[in-house]
Amino acid sequence: MSNDVSSPPLWQRLQFFFDKKLHLRLESIIVLFALCLALAILSPYFLSVSNFLNTLLATSTIGVLAIAATLILCSAGLDLSIGSVMALSGIVGAYLCVVLGLPWPFALVGTLGTGALAGYVNGQIITRTSIPAFIVTLGMLGIARGLSFIIAPNGGAIYGLPAPIVYLGQGRPLGIPTPVIILALTALIAHYALAYSKFGRHTLAMGDNENAARATGIAVEKLRRILYTLSGLLAGLAGLIFMARVNSGDPVAGINYELAAITAAIIGGTSLFGGKGSILGSIIGALIMGVLQNGLNLLGVQSYYQQVAIGVVLIFAVWIDQLQSAKEKKA
Amino acid sequence: MSLLEVKSVTKSFGAISVLNGVDLTIEPGTVTALVGDNGAGKSTLMKCITGIYAADSGDIFFNSQPMNQLAPGARRALGIEMIYQDLALAKQQDVAENIFMGREPTKLFGFVDKAKMDEEALRMIKRLGARIPSIHRPVGLFSGGQQQTIAIARALTFNPKLVIMDEPTAALAVREVESVLNLMRQMREDGIAVILISHRLNDVMEVTDRIVVLRQGRIAADLVTAQTKMRDVVEYIVGVHN
Repeated sequence: MSNDVSSPPLWQRLQFFFDKKLHLRLESIIVLFALCLALAILSPYFLSVSNFLNTLLATSTIGVLAIAATLILCSAGLDLSIGSVMALSGIVGAYLCVVLGLPWPFALVGTLGTGALAGYVNGQIITRTSIPAFIVTLGMLGIARGLSFIIAPNGGAIYGLPAPIVYLGQGRPLGIPTPVIILALTALIAHYALAYSKFGRHTLAMGDNENAARATGIAVEKLRRILYTLSGLLAGLAGLIFMARVNSGDPVAGINYELAAITAAIIGGTSLFGGKGSILGSIIGALIMGVLQNGLNLLGVQSYYQQVAIGVVLIFAVWIDQLQSAKEKKA
Repeated sequence: MSLLEVKSVTKSFGAISVLNGVDLTIEPGTVTALVGDNGAGKSTLMKCITGIYAADSGDIFFNSQPMNQLAPGARRALGIEMIYQDLALAKQQDVAENIFMGREPTKLFGFVDKAKMDEEALRMIKRLGARIPSIHRPVGLFSGGQQQTIAIARALTFNPKLVIMDEPTAALAVREVESVLNLMRQMREDGIAVILISHRLNDVMEVTDRIVVLRQGRIAADLVTAQTKMRDVVEYIVGVHN
């Protein structure tokens, strides 16, 4: 760039390229690679195609939810309901096909539609009243979870989905699990939208300074309704993937997934306070969590320690972020 | 026909009546000061003009076009810009992203044309004679004067017809104040109407053509600057002028 220092060091040029052009932090990628490298050295089973695909598959649900969390966090919002809405969406889809015996497209539309509707309701309440998003979506967390148990016969899982739906969770076109393909496509579209479209620019502007966004003519409330509806729709998509993978609609699906999704987003460099974030960053964040879990499993480490490790990574990631911005301020 | 016509505008917040029937006309190529004590209704009046607030009653016309139903974005598109006292910048976004906020140019498939934004942002910053180390840094990292320049650049990039400046010199160093005043003179020469809200009466006396005093939600005086003494303005502001 003409008005920058004439020839900055390679590291800074790389950082600039990743940050400004790809909208992805170089540091996140390096952490993920370092983690993979360490696990490859520690475990002979880590570096295999099947383990790689399994890790991606295990990350797909959280990955889709992390996209939703990122969009909402970038707008300085919060959606705590996505884990429960994911369960409710799956239950509704499974109920339509299995209990009511409707053809499989109803499961598809029912699942995605339920998610979008729950998100739309969140958005309407948040923009029409002055109730904080935290409260509204915490309420929806309870409502969706309760409804899942009410709809599910005897509060149990609904088994036996139609084959085309199961394919969305268990199929392997070209050897790649379908959920991984769905996650990749969704992430690419969402990344384009957030980083390169007007919709994304307005979302970040609104999350950064809502009054400024309003003053420059951005229709803030309408945008917020769209964002929460999208968040619900993505929760529905996560519900679809999850139910297809386990071949059932399950009312206990996705408990605490909203927190895991927010964790992934923050590890990936998204700000909890809005105005800054990246979809691919969040996917990398979700992968860091997934690889960590997978690697510790392979090493025979108890799952309780995995939770400890993810907690440490989360705090560490934010600390690195703060050091980085402190350095920028001095520069 | 005047550029801006405000007719009997009222606005209240709950039981508090802030504007009690304000009439104001603004001509192109003039600099008008809007002065008044804190709570006189200056900011509220300006926000009714930019569309942030909807007036309770009364009409606002811009180029003879009724504005009452228009959203802030539509009013900006017609050429009404405001530079806010708090600058209304998104601190984590970079220079071009702030200047083009809400009006990002796009290319094929709806991609925001960042290269064009950067280029025009740089040109505008240079035209304003400001020095900014890198337009790719978040604007929150810049000094107060630099941030002020970015806020001004945002208002001037889209060929405005009316620019409202709310306390543009309050946070600036002496040298920076002079350049903002010069900018207002330049805007007048370019045929742009400027409304200056300021407590600094020295600035007001130096740069404006006309001084409108707002007091308790009404126009208390409408003065020609060249024929007015600062003491008169102060008396109108505090309400002791006879």
